Amino acid sequence: MIEVKDLTKKYGSFTAVRDVSFEVEKGEILGFLGPNAAGKTTTMRVLTCFMPATAGTARVAGFDTFSQSLDVRRRVGYLPENVPLYLDMRVRPYLEFIAKIKDIPSRDRRKAVNRVIELTALEEVEHRIVGHCSKGFRQRVGLAQALIHDPDVLILDEPTNGLDPKQINEVREVIKGLAGDHTIILSSHILPEVSKTCERVVIIDQGRIVAGDTPANLDARLRGSQSISAQIRGPVSEVMDLLKQKDGVVDVKTRSSVGDGLWQYDIDVMPGRDLRSEVASSVVGSNWDLVELTTAGMSLEEIFLELTTQEEEGD
Amino acid sequence: MQGLLAIWGRELKAYFISPIFYALSTVFIFIVSFMFFYSLQSYTQYFMQVAQYPTMMERININEMIMRPLFNTMSFVAVLTLMPMLTMRVFSEEKKTGTIELLLTSPVRDWHVILGKFLAAFTLYTAMIGLTIIYPMVLQVYGDPDWGPIWAGYLGLVLLGGGVITIGLFASSLTENQIVAAVICFGAALILWMMDVAAESMTGMLGEVVGYLSVLRHYNTFEKGIIDSTDCLFFLSFIFLGLFITVRSIESTRWRG
Repeated sequence: MIEVKDLTKKYGSFTAVRDVSFEVEKGEILGFLGPNAAGKTTTMRVLTCFMPATAGTARVAGFDTFSQSLDVRRRVGYLPENVPLYLDMRVRPYLEFIAKIKDIPSRDRRKAVNRVIELTALEEVEHRIVGHCSKGFRQRVGLAQALIHDPDVLILDEPTNGLDPKQINEVREVIKGLAGDHTIILSSHILPEVSKTCERVVIIDQGRIVAGDTPANLDARLRGSQSISAQIRGPVSEVMDLLKQKDGVVDVKTRSSVGDGLWQYDIDVMPGRDLRSEVASSVVGSNWDLVELTTAGMSLEEIFLELTTQEEEGD
Repeated sequence: MQGLLAIWGRELKAYFISPIFYALSTVFIFIVSFMFFYSLQSYTQYFMQVAQYPTMMERININEMIMRPLFNTMSFVAVLTLMPMLTMRVFSEEKKTGTIELLLTSPVRDWHVILGKFLAAFTLYTAMIGLTIIYPMVLQVYGDPDWGPIWAGYLGLVLLGGGVITIGLFASSLTENQIVAAVICFGAALILWMMDVAAESMTGMLGEVVGYLSVLRHYNTFEKGIIDSTDCLFFLSFIFLGLFITVRSIESTRWRG
């Protein structure tokens, strides 16, 4: 559905995006992850035909974003980072205006507006002036705007930016509900965001793609050793000795006392081994208290930091 | 085409929702009314003085004495000073709020967007000018003005305004800052105005060329009641050129991001 090949975009002498290539299949949700100023917005702007690329090609639904721009624009719904709202208009007339410029024929316009108002749950505010709506509603109006012509491709630039947790959940639900029929690219600099909604993640840093895979695979690829985190009440040195003797344990560290004789231990184990039950039985067998036991896989957050800092060191 | 009409309609509504149009038209009508009152008064005074001399009476002309000063005022007030304020927000505001991204990623051609915005400002300007038709109508009640030159004057005013609107659109497409856009538009229009003065001090070819570019010189022909195809063509190409460079400017905004 979306093919990007060797895309480069320069602003004067500054290169915002450098030789980026990726593909998105129909119906897939792709997450675009990267720190601020990594080139996410620039890539999206090229895909939505807001700006042409300096080099390379981008095709959306089989059309070139430069030479067949109008065909692409008809098939793409775009929610920019700054939600493009006319603050002095009311919600419904605003959506009607969008329906007109998105080339929806007049007989279908009413239906289209009603559909997106329902989809994004805007009934409550449809007669309110956009500028008087809360941030959450504005974001949803922006989403409604992107969806109004029922586009094949949706490009959402930081769709949950600046919302409160409840609103984030609402927007996330709307996006998830759209998957399947729509091909979606969404960007974020917040990781749980992407791992929760996306099937595939592309991590971009300083204009280059540094990794691209499913959240789970990324996780597995980067995890050199697995670790278990445990809270145990007992004599520290004895606990350490016992844990270190276990087969498959690479290293044990105590991080800190949690209080009341309770200590936090980080146990590094060899990859592919799950030692949780063995640790539990031996701790309990020694008559110590086991209060907590969890695997601590590397979170996307850590992967992200690792990848992007590695990149910096490489330069 | 649907996009062009939608943009025209939205833009027009935006002028009426915000107080811009009301403020501008009030100031405009106030100044023009004052000018009308003033010329009417001096006309009646002059009329009383020369009433007993039949030869002088033949030379007295209601069009020349009332309508021409009125057209002069209107061109100066409406076109030169109010137009920058009418057009300054057109692109600057969209750039600032980010709605330009919406327009430029919609399936609407760039020149449809620009033409839609031009037509909206032009409609508004024509409406503002149209309000002043009341003055020649008042003259019609009490006197016998010649309507030919009046229509010619209005045609000139509309064409002149169209040209200056395109300067305003171009200025607005250059910057996010509305004040800067207004200043650029005002400055550019003023330079075109002053070319007449500049041309007088120049001789030969140069004087002729600069004189031809003088907006005022072309407008004055209309004011006198003459519709010359040269002048019409001048203003039409002026409007076309203005729209063309605005389209180019928007395209370059895309490249620069």
